[in-house]
Amino acid sequence: MSNDSRLSAPFGSLIDRHKPISFSFEKKTYQGFAGDNIASALAANEQWLLSRSFKYHRPRGVLTMAGQDANSMIQLPSDPNALADRVAISEGLDVMGQNYSGSLNRDSGALLGLFSRFLPVGFYYKAFFKPRGMWEKWAPLIRKKAGLGVINQQYQPEYYDKQYQFYDVAVIGAGPAGLSAALEAAKTGAEVLLVDENPSLGGSLNFSRFDVEGEKGRELRERLVAEVEATTNITAMTNATCNGWFADNWLPIIRGKRLYKVRAKQTILCVGALEQQAVFHNNDLPGVIMSSAAQRLMHLYAVRPGNSAVVVTGNNDGYATALDLLDAGVEVKAIVDLRQQPEYDAIANHAISKGLNIKTGYAVYAANKDRSGLHLGSVEVREIISQGICATQGESIDCDTLCMSVGYTPTYQLICQGGGQLSYNDDTSMFTLTNCPQDCQIAGSVNSHWQLDDVIADAQRAAVIATNALQLSSHPVPEPVAVSLQHSPNFSWPIFAHPKGKEFVDFDEDLQIADIINATRDGYEHIQLVKRYSTCGMGPSQGRHSALATARLVAAATNRTVAQTGVTTARPPFSAEHLAHSAGRSFYPARRSNMHYRHIEAGAQMLQAGAWYRPAYYGSADDRQNCIDSEVNNVRNNVGLVDVSTLGGLEVRGADAAEFLNRFYTFGFLKQPVGRARYALLTNEAGVVIDDGVACRFSEQHYYVTATTGGVDRVYQTMLKWNAQWRLDVDIANVTSAYCGVNIAGPKAREVLSKVCSDIDLCSEAFPYMGVREGTVAAIPARVIRVGFVGELGYEVHVPQHCGEALWDALMAAGAECAIKPFGIEAQRVLRLEKGHIIIGQDTDAMSNPAEVQMGWAIAKQKPFFVGSRSIQELGKMALKRSLVGFVINDSKAPIPLESHLVLDGDRMTGRVTSCNYSPTLNKPVGLAYVEPDKAEAGSCFTIKSSGGVMVDAVVVKLPFYDPETQRQEL
Amino acid sequence: MKLLTCPLNGPRNISEFTYGGEYHPMPDHQQVSAREWAEHVFFHDNAAAVVTEWWCHSASSYWFLAERNTISDQIVRTFAADEIFKQRVEFKQPASGENQ
Repeated sequence: MSNDSRLSAPFGSLIDRHKPISFSFEKKTYQGFAGDNIASALAANEQWLLSRSFKYHRPRGVLTMAGQDANSMIQLPSDPNALADRVAISEGLDVMGQNYSGSLNRDSGALLGLFSRFLPVGFYYKAFFKPRGMWEKWAPLIRKKAGLGVINQQYQPEYYDKQYQFYDVAVIGAGPAGLSAALEAAKTGAEVLLVDENPSLGGSLNFSRFDVEGEKGRELRERLVAEVEATTNITAMTNATCNGWFADNWLPIIRGKRLYKVRAKQTILCVGALEQQAVFHNNDLPGVIMSSAAQRLMHLYAVRPGNSAVVVTGNNDGYATALDLLDAGVEVKAIVDLRQQPEYDAIANHAISKGLNIKTGYAVYAANKDRSGLHLGSVEVREIISQGICATQGESIDCDTLCMSVGYTPTYQLICQGGGQLSYNDDTSMFTLTNCPQDCQIAGSVNSHWQLDDVIADAQRAAVIATNALQLSSHPVPEPVAVSLQHSPNFSWPIFAHPKGKEFVDFDEDLQIADIINATRDGYEHIQLVKRYSTCGMGPSQGRHSALATARLVAAATNRTVAQTGVTTARPPFSAEHLAHSAGRSFYPARRSNMHYRHIEAGAQMLQAGAWYRPAYYGSADDRQNCIDSEVNNVRNNVGLVDVSTLGGLEVRGADAAEFLNRFYTFGFLKQPVGRARYALLTNEAGVVIDDGVACRFSEQHYYVTATTGGVDRVYQTMLKWNAQWRLDVDIANVTSAYCGVNIAGPKAREVLSKVCSDIDLCSEAFPYMGVREGTVAAIPARVIRVGFVGELGYEVHVPQHCGEALWDALMAAGAECAIKPFGIEAQRVLRLEKGHIIIGQDTDAMSNPAEVQMGWAIAKQKPFFVGSRSIQELGKMALKRSLVGFVINDSKAPIPLESHLVLDGDRMTGRVTSCNYSPTLNKPVGLAYVEPDKAEAGSCFTIKSSGGVMVDAVVVKLPFYDPETQRQEL
Repeated sequence: MKLLTCPLNGPRNISEFTYGGEYHPMPDHQQVSAREWAEHVFFHDNAAAVVTEWWCHSASSYWFLAERNTISDQIVRTFAADEIFKQRVEFKQPASGENQ
């Protein structure tokens, strides 16, 4: 196929006639030019059929040429439901039609159309609802018939990304209004973004006729675009779709594979209007197109819409289209003017002067197929008797093109997403928009202005309001441009029912006039219900061409005005977007301690705790249990080293440091001696345990408080929130990432540490259990805390973050003689469990109060206040509901219970397991569980439903399991 | 995405903030009835009106207050906490107490 049929310049402003491009459609090769989209290139080759409709598989072709309808949805290799009138052709592009059985030309699924009267609206609900289970049988068949494109399951991920941008003014839509608004705003020095989803700036100036000669639009476009291009503070983006309006002018703009997240201080939506179809029998035949589509085909792509055309019009725009058709050498068989008494403008008078066949007060009552059955062959024209009613006889006019020019709907989507109100003006028969969100305006035809001068004045006014609000200008705001009630381009009732139906209201969903009327008869009178019941407006084009006709039909069927029936809600996105735009690149922040690579070198299996990577155990995953057991035994009998860098660290400094902690944590801190650590238990106002740590007092006015790995950020934020109210003289800093640390633990810990620490007296009298000291370890300034989380003699050594690896190396070297070994989180969990220490978040939940978890000793009852004090006081007056107890399992063959396994009393669930591990030290499984308080005494027995439903007997023992006299940690 | 104007950092995306719940003054924890205390802890007004809320700018850990219309989601104003908390809060020792 060739390009021979193209019109000569100036038709075809977007195409480059020197760059032919070959592509295929339905496996047949076609040629177009650079600048063509798939639909225009196919149309140039007289291939009008693009797809089959959703329900009845009717042939469908070009409708809007603007990327706004579902007729043009085609299949690309990796892109189903692509829009043929949006996607540019490229060399070798492989395009297929979609939603057909057999071939696009002969679709056996089209037989469904014959049965359409048996497929009324709501058919699925009615037919497949009973008997139960029927839907499951029918669904696969229906889904296969009523499908769209096919997903390529071998799709290889491609690079998509995001960019953030900030502008003073964002102008969406670059037609005459958008260009004018951008230029006016830019005069004040504002940074302006101008966005248009089409390949060229200018909107309707590219293709509409604004004067008799057909020159005004082109001239104005050239002037405005040249000005925009010469204005350095306007950034113009074409082929870019603003796909939503979110709060405070947050605009997602998609261009190619990039999503721009734009924040604009002011937004002006110059998004134009969408031309609407007339509703009559077979109005969906290929060859029946919008007037604006015909103009786009000719002016943008130099494609003749056909050889002989009829124009059906309810305004003067149809006459302009007729003149364009004549210019392009198309025979204009008739202008069918729906109006009884048209008020002609200069363009219409000029068209009339050409001696065209003008049928005033007539309608196109039906369209008929040509011999192929796939395209328009003739139209039947009848006189209008009354609203929607035609004479019983008419005349048939042969033609291959019908241009529809019966009215517009403002492109309301973005405004309505922002809370704008869509209402219907009965005088102009048009939807209008009010209640724009703050700092967002509409201008141009979306604001019901149709004359070029009005459009420009309206846009300039919006720009003045925007720049005044930005305090970049202080111009007087011009009076609003009056909306002309007399010259509305909308004809009030371009809807003509036919005995054989097939007058499509919604092309996406194949909905006819009767479907909408029947929905109201089935009792669905509100437009929102009609939408859901009939699926009208739920297809890919989201009601762009059906909302207006549906509103009119529902109003008439229910004897209300259109204004009373309401409209449906518009939600983002404006048009379909690839999931990749939302997903984009993934970003998973990870935190690694300074000793991370020492763990890897030692063969650690790493696990993720929040963002942190921590060593679980050292050795092969096949040998997990042995590795953990030997790490435990080494700590109990020798000495081990564990990375505790992830532990939270908070500096609390100032005259009120002790007072602050006294209010924040449950314990008393006022009389805590310098050089000592105290356990710090945190409850919330409800008395629920939410975190713990130790508070180390390094001086009168300086505490270093630890917090759990997962809790520190929240603890820090909570501290600051309380002190925003208490206003104590205290400075609080989260120094978690400034420090890293290790815990060296085991009977030989002191022996090892003393080799690298000479300025701290480590003997037990000078540095007792729960003591804290500052000094140097391996010449690194260090905070040394003598704590016993694992139940052995141990020292936590905290050093500046960057010294972690050096500290690790020094201690491993110093401990070599003692056979020091690193141990991981898993061993630490076993060790602490043997010692009966709870982990907040594992052994506590959102209801755990201190008494339940045996932490009553950590509550200072004589303090005037601490967060949660009153709630704990009240809880103390009530009976305990549950108790966290230690248990052992003596049956060596029983499956070891896991976290959250249930504690049962007969059939009753009475609690759950929170921790359970095999204890190498006690040589049996030990654990913690919530039980009823009367089962909390040592020696009580209870049943756990373990893995596989096996009932396991557990015996309560007094905590801790290991070293009940706590001699080991105080060595 | 919504903007929230932090009194310290200026207008920032709402995703940079943490919601801290409705502001309502803590009653005297030693004097109020158990019921009043429970209402303070567990009950929230959730009013359809302009309400005062705690917000924290997460990146700078700065707590402040915002007046927000819960019907329109419009933020009326934001202000530093010291507008309400003007001076150091003291808690009195209960009659038979002893400092720890």
